[in-house]
Amino acid sequence: MNYRYNIGCSLANLKGIRDFVRKALYENQVPEMQVSAIVLALDEMCSNLMIHAHHCDPNHTLELKIDRPSNNEYIFEIIDDGSVFDINRFAEPTMENLVHEKRKGGLGIRLVKSIMDRIEYRTEAGKSICRLTKMI
Amino acid sequence: MVQIKRLQEADAEIIALIGEIDASSSIDLDLAIAKSVGEGFKKILVDCHALEYISSAGLGVFMSYIEELREKNIYMVLFGLKEKVANTFEILGLAGLLHIRENKMEALKLAHELSV
Repeated sequence: MNYRYNIGCSLANLKGIRDFVRKALYENQVPEMQVSAIVLALDEMCSNLMIHAHHCDPNHTLELKIDRPSNNEYIFEIIDDGSVFDINRFAEPTMENLVHEKRKGGLGIRLVKSIMDRIEYRTEAGKSICRLTKMI
Repeated sequence: MVQIKRLQEADAEIIALIGEIDASSSIDLDLAIAKSVGEGFKKILVDCHALEYISSAGLGVFMSYIEELREKNIYMVLFGLKEKVANTFEILGLAGLLHIRENKMEALKLAHELSV
């Protein structure tokens, strides 16, 4: 299994990302509830990058790769040009704070951390790579 | 892409969500709730039967209204969530912060009970 997808940093392209991830996982017989959760996590990561690192510039691109190195291990990599948006460095806001401050953001990081087993970052040849691992 | 329909039934406003709500379309949900609140409805039901997907951007919209609705004595009840959508609310523990019911009848009943 090896899937690749390149996309411009426009929020209108999030649906394309979801469809790509969904199709790849269904082809590998991943159960529907797991597919939904993983699709959500990838949507959250990509929209965060598009908004905060690329300011929704459609000329900037992200590459998404999906690999299955062992039977129950799925690896998702989001690759872009040197942006650094490490969600491990962001503290998760408490639900109380979100309600009180009427904030619309901050939930995505919580979702990704709940859904994925590992979130790692590295740089390689000037590219930033965010690697998400999910054991199924 | 989400399509949003607003209709009135008895003294309640029903906001029907059709399609997917993500970071590009959450603004539409925000505007719809703002209109219902602005027009003075005290019972707002959100019909999620045809909602196929919601990301944190959409959930954040619901969260951002919790205090305002409380202050204005407006009661919002969501109903008809598909399992995969309900699961997103559960991962975040939002089910305890929002009113969620199985169907429209139960949602109306709860909105009525809360408002008396």
